[in-house]
Amino acid sequence: MMYGYAWDTTTPLTFAISILPILGIGLLVTLQAAAVGYAIALVLGLVLALLRRSRFKVVSWTVAGFTEFVRDTPLLVQLFFLYYVLPDFGIVLPAFMTGALALGLQYSAYTSEVYRGGIEAVPRGQWEAATALNMTRLQTYRDIVVPQMIPRIVPALGNYLVSMLKETPVLSVVTVLDMLGLANMIGERTFEYLVPLSMVGLIFLPMTLICSALIYAIERALPKSGIPLR
Amino acid sequence: MTWMQYLPPLLKGAQVTVMISLSSIAIGAILAFAAGIARTSSNPILSGIAFVYIVLFRGTPLLVQLFWFYYALPLIGISFDPITTGIMTLSLLTGAFGAEVVRGALLAVPHTQLEAARALNFSKSYTLWHISMPQAVIEMMPAFGNLAIQNLKDTALVSLISIADLTFQAQSMRNITLDSATVYTLTLLGYFIIALCIMLIVRFIEMKLRRGPAFPRSAHS
Repeated sequence: MMYGYAWDTTTPLTFAISILPILGIGLLVTLQAAAVGYAIALVLGLVLALLRRSRFKVVSWTVAGFTEFVRDTPLLVQLFFLYYVLPDFGIVLPAFMTGALALGLQYSAYTSEVYRGGIEAVPRGQWEAATALNMTRLQTYRDIVVPQMIPRIVPALGNYLVSMLKETPVLSVVTVLDMLGLANMIGERTFEYLVPLSMVGLIFLPMTLICSALIYAIERALPKSGIPLR
Repeated sequence: MTWMQYLPPLLKGAQVTVMISLSSIAIGAILAFAAGIARTSSNPILSGIAFVYIVLFRGTPLLVQLFWFYYALPLIGISFDPITTGIMTLSLLTGAFGAEVVRGALLAVPHTQLEAARALNFSKSYTLWHISMPQAVIEMMPAFGNLAIQNLKDTALVSLISIADLTFQAQSMRNITLDSATVYTLTLLGYFIIALCIMLIVRFIEMKLRRGPAFPRSAHS
């Protein structure tokens, strides 16, 4: 019995069906964590990418070092770091927010590389033309650079969304009751791990497949050159 | 306790991490080539099996796979010790991602090369191993490097099935000392150093391959 839903362990099939509503609640948490984490990654990644292009060597090198460090260390240890160390500094977040923050931080290192690649792929001549036309930095980014980089970065950003979705189960380690956390709990109470864990895998599989297919469709639909903003 | 005293247990954990990472990268590479070549095969059964394997392991979270092999398999009578389970799961995952890299690189070999091989009446396996593979393998290296780093990061999850790797040792150190900041900073640095070493090794192999038994890559149009 969990969240008011009782399970029926008579056969594997009835067990699987009876725990579906419980896993559904976990799925919601999983999706929320991925959404919050992805939002953080998109914004923080952009900030990192722009700081990396700073004229001050100290700033750009620090940011480069930071992204490399975050990219090359495990999400699980970063999660533990945030979960145990932030409270020492008086920042007490609920486990869910800590988890989403860890996801966002890890993937901001990836997305910042995507943004950077996108910005650098815009030909030099475009920057020079923008300077020649006396455009401000903001105008150059808004009207020249961003519209041209969108088609390049959308597929890569989409792929990271799928990978992030697949990493959310790690949050169950810090007591977030996502799909895997609930499946483990059901396992502990019924001594039946096979069905709940298989169900989690079976729910993830179509989710990631559909997401990948969607990204592929978007990639195909995007124009190969720029996107006019207005 | 100063940070110096944290080092011995953490280093012991790091050894386990390196051992698991290297062995699963090696086994994963073999699986990647097997499944990647099978995917490009014209035999529908072979390529079908490879497809199912790749989709299954790429489409589900590693932690779910790990728990599944660790908790669920024993219930149907198949059980391994934690280390074997960890290495097996990581190898299967790395192999599935690597297979796509192998497949992509094989498909990227210019078509004219295959036509030339056919015109010269080379057998299929000769064409694969002596024409396609030497060219494809160099193109795979950067992607393999990223997968190796990903594999190293993924090894942290085996601490959750009671393997005493770097993360596991960090957890027990923190439980004893409650000095979270120092312990986890050292742990993160440990992973970072191992990652840098892996990157250097991959670069070195790539350099060797590029210089290797000459294949005039720059010559193709």
